[in-house]
Amino acid sequence: MNIVVCVKQVPDTAVERKLKPADSTLDRASVDGLINEIDEYAIEEGLLIAEAQREAGHDAAVTIMTMGPEKAAESIRKALSMGADQAVHLLDDGLAGSDAMSTSYALAQVLKQIGFDLVICGSESTDARMGVMAPMLAERLGVPQVSLASKLEVDGSALRIRRFSEDGYFEVESTLPAVISVVEKINEPRYPSFKGIMAAKKKPVQTMSLADAGIDPALVGLGGSATEVVDFAQRPPRQSGTIVKDEGDGGVKVAEFLAAQKFV
Amino acid sequence: MTEILVLAEHTGDDVKKVTLELITLARRFGEPSLVWIGPGAEQGQARCAEYGAARIYVAADPAIDDYVVAPAAELLAQLVREKSPVLVLVAGTPQSKEVAGRLAVKIDSGVLTDAVDLQPGDDGPVAEQSIFGGATTVHSRVRHGTPIVAVRPNAVAPEPAPGAAELSPVSLAGEVTGARVTSRVVAERGERPDLTEASIVVSGGRGTGGAEGFGVIEQLADALGAAVGASRAVTDAGWYPHQFQVGQTGKTVSPQLYMAIGISGAIQHRAGMQTSKTIVAVNKDPEAPIFELADFGVVGDLFKVVPQLLDEISKRKQL
Repeated sequence: MNIVVCVKQVPDTAVERKLKPADSTLDRASVDGLINEIDEYAIEEGLLIAEAQREAGHDAAVTIMTMGPEKAAESIRKALSMGADQAVHLLDDGLAGSDAMSTSYALAQVLKQIGFDLVICGSESTDARMGVMAPMLAERLGVPQVSLASKLEVDGSALRIRRFSEDGYFEVESTLPAVISVVEKINEPRYPSFKGIMAAKKKPVQTMSLADAGIDPALVGLGGSATEVVDFAQRPPRQSGTIVKDEGDGGVKVAEFLAAQKFV
Repeated sequence: MTEILVLAEHTGDDVKKVTLELITLARRFGEPSLVWIGPGAEQGQARCAEYGAARIYVAADPAIDDYVVAPAAELLAQLVREKSPVLVLVAGTPQSKEVAGRLAVKIDSGVLTDAVDLQPGDDGPVAEQSIFGGATTVHSRVRHGTPIVAVRPNAVAPEPAPGAAELSPVSLAGEVTGARVTSRVVAERGERPDLTEASIVVSGGRGTGGAEGFGVIEQLADALGAAVGASRAVTDAGWYPHQFQVGQTGKTVSPQLYMAIGISGAIQHRAGMQTSKTIVAVNKDPEAPIFELADFGVVGDLFKVVPQLLDEISKRKQL
């Protein structure tokens, strides 16, 4: 089984993130990049499925697919050290500033070339937070969308998931090939072992350019995107509120504030 | 008159509040037409009329609802081709954002998500988005195709306006395909309002100390008619169910009043609540980052402050 896990490198959420004034794109260079947190769950799920396939006597391989600048190689390395077998890095300056439409087009072109039985994504990234990549890929590839999974079972060519819903969950069935997205409840990602870190150094990483993947440069990057940022501004710090120390009347003070604001 | 398509969120017999918000927003741009997938349009019709929906396209075929996202997106794409709306609005919920994403690919249009406001501009609608946990405000627009915008619940207040809300049955051309829903389980929520839609949210954090301590959060929520939220520390520890997690990897809320009780306010949490209109915090640590956001804060023991607050609320209710 050919499992491809989509991994995005994102700026560390613990540090201040900024847009660049010149082109209103995310400043990825000046901050540490990490694997998008939910993508680690996607990697783990890919590894678990591959392990189960091998145990049942089938071939299985986990390929990490990343689109991003050179620096994203660090995230590929980490994913490989967790246990993935190989990686594809879509790396081209022409991709910088791509929106969701452009990114999904580019990734779908790569997926068509490398082939897949399962594509696994995290449900959303911590930088853009759109939550549209798995549905867009499913649409572009013409395969079922099996998204927002908090539980997943592969049984031959059938797939069953528990899908998050606004007020509970759905049980969902599908066939392979498919595009899956996972939520963080699905598993507990492993830490890379020392052996895994050493082994990762020898694992193959294929770098692809726009031309390699058959991507039309006019449909990606800042110029090829279907959306644009008009302007942006740092939000002014909230006007500092009133902070009081509880002197035995803290609850009364809160009630007075709520009453003044007409909440009670 | 220019037409705006609005994907309805409903409970099967009534529209959700976010849909009334979307209709209100749509009126800035033209005449709102709701797209109602599944049962219950007849029951929801009166309220949609009250808020200015001109018509409701009703796709009652249960098969559409039985497949994940794909048929809903196809139905919207079909309506976009037939009606040529100038804008498509959906609620900023995970599933409607998925519909928006697929629709964008189908009709080759740009999609914007998590808008907290939407205004007419010279080159089409301009969305305001609050990103990086609320630290940056962005204005963006779609420059290709029919703009598709997912709007965060509570972005605007629903305002009544008369509309005909005329029911117009539609059906999906072609076959429904994709992943099939085999069963649905609705989690017990009791009488409390929906977390993403509630006007008031009371959230508890690590400071509650455990599932038992979390009880005061529920009591306070009920006294205020609020929804209950929880920080990731709480849901990870199993003190409260996962679906109530507010934050980066949980739900994003934007209520009129957000009360953070025993929550330190890590970026993880702030990302899910920073656009709340009024924020009240109770925490024993004066250095807790949540106080930087709070309009009103009390440094103290939540197990002293909250019970006193509950007494005070019940006294005021009796006045």
